Amino acid sequence: MALLTGDAASWQLMMTSRIPRLIAVILAGAGLSIAGLIMQQISQNRFAAPSTSGTVECAMLGYILSLVIFGGQQIWLIFLVSIFGTLLFVQFINRVQFKNAIFVPLIGIIFGNVVDSLATFIAYKYDALQNLSGWTVANFANLLQGDYELLYIAIPIAIFSYLYATRISAVGLGKDFATNLGLNYQQILVIGVMLVSVMAASVVMIVGQLPFLGLIVPNLVSQFYGDNLRRNIPLTAVLGALIVLCCDIAGRVIIFPYEIPISMIISILGGSVFVFFILRGQKNAG
Amino acid sequence: MQDRSKLLILLFIAVVFAGLFIGVGLNADNYQYFLSRRVPKVVAMILAGIAIGQSALAFQTITNNRILTPSIMGFDALYIFTQTLVVVLFGGLSSYVLNDYLNFSISVAVMLAFSMLLFSFYFNSNKQNLMVLLLLGVILGQLFGSISSFLTMLMDPNDFATLQQSLFASFNNIKVELVYLCAPLLFVISALLFRLNRVLDVFWLDKDNATSLGIDVKKVTMQVLVLSACLIAISTALVGPILFFGLLVTNLAREMLRSYQHRVLLFGVSLLSVSSLLAGQWVVENIFGFSTTLSVVINFIGGIYFLSMLLRNKIV
Repeated sequence: MALLTGDAASWQLMMTSRIPRLIAVILAGAGLSIAGLIMQQISQNRFAAPSTSGTVECAMLGYILSLVIFGGQQIWLIFLVSIFGTLLFVQFINRVQFKNAIFVPLIGIIFGNVVDSLATFIAYKYDALQNLSGWTVANFANLLQGDYELLYIAIPIAIFSYLYATRISAVGLGKDFATNLGLNYQQILVIGVMLVSVMAASVVMIVGQLPFLGLIVPNLVSQFYGDNLRRNIPLTAVLGALIVLCCDIAGRVIIFPYEIPISMIISILGGSVFVFFILRGQKNAG
Repeated sequence: MQDRSKLLILLFIAVVFAGLFIGVGLNADNYQYFLSRRVPKVVAMILAGIAIGQSALAFQTITNNRILTPSIMGFDALYIFTQTLVVVLFGGLSSYVLNDYLNFSISVAVMLAFSMLLFSFYFNSNKQNLMVLLLLGVILGQLFGSISSFLTMLMDPNDFATLQQSLFASFNNIKVELVYLCAPLLFVISALLFRLNRVLDVFWLDKDNATSLGIDVKKVTMQVLVLSACLIAISTALVGPILFFGLLVTNLAREMLRSYQHRVLLFGVSLLSVSSLLAGQWVVENIFGFSTTLSVVINFIGGIYFLSMLLRNKIV
């Protein structure tokens, strides 16, 4: 209300805190969901996502390394480590070709655990544990103007993946098929992984972990709209942004004057949906 | 004979490290104080080691595979979740929280209910898909973890202080008060488990064979589940959750010992886990100088081992 009467203080509050927060919420939700969608295509698995393929943990490892080696946050190192880790994982699961789809998230989660304990080990040794956990608990509350701009990286990534959508879905049909169509399989795979890792790493860097988001949103969308990648990208982005926005509002309302970090709400919600997906998939298979 | 000498070596290692923990720097002036601090700590680690090793071994035998352990299935996380929930529901000063016996029985009851649920799913589904069960356990474990931290956020700070005291045990913060409650309990449970050793031998053959050899599969499964839920409650109460430790020690024990008899294996796995806990903690304290925690090291080694097991398809 104060905005309408032109109160300068409330305008400033809005511009430096509320608007950046809104933009960050939307970009993070949309970007992470798109990353999950691409990941599911290139690994040919419904249950793959940045949080079930070690990408997030690799970004944490990169953060710790950059703190220890350079004494500050070096963005390129974080990107590099998370790209490298995800690439390792994708190459690996593409080589082994599991019969059971459940294998991929299982191995991804354990891989994440291993990388996570490595990061914790280094952090413990250099007294950076608190720094690390503060960095990864997702919270939009402390985002102000000037903190969130890196998230704009989601926009070019979304556009780029939209343009690239057909090739990525061709890769999703398997190596032989993609090569038959005259595509450079390895190259597209690497590009896809880079898109996913850069996106996931920048969300972790600015906001924190949003577990299971990249996993459930694409699955919900393909539930209703099928598997056309190019058409699904905008839908996924909108749904992802919407879910994060709702969770953010819920986190602010439940214990009103205080706030619950959004990562907790997302992981409770996402975990339950994930369990539901597994159980239902099981019923269909049996 | 060879197995016996291996067991003796393990026993020797355990005794040496227990001696190191208790004995270093002891002299006539300080022995009263040092012993009162050190003996409960060592006893707590020994109890936890035995509990983790035996529960994982029994659990693996009744599910007839080598990768499921109670902690991977989310039991540790469930213990913490139960504790949090009790404090939230009844407040930090209620008898459910402060009375150790009552508190302990509640946790065990909840863990039993959870294991029944998982197992009705496991036994009733047609294909008995192990991987689904495993993934379900991992996700549920994470879910319990995040719900507990959600509840702790909502909690009154006074209640949280009570909870923290009773809850966040770790290797560097061992719950000494519980030692005297857990020791007799562990003794009774291990004895009961040991009485089942011949039944477990047959069980390892697989369920159909066990049935045709005249074993009541449902009843034994139930008994072993109850016993391992109690054991997990003991170990989590004493030293906190450690994800991959049970997996590591049971598989090492199975590889090290030639015997398939649970009479030998139960002893072997207990000795192995006690000696590796004591040795590991000693190394962490004295060589790394506390620059890390034992659970981090165990998670790292155990996680890699677990991955390599999944990859070599060593899933019995």
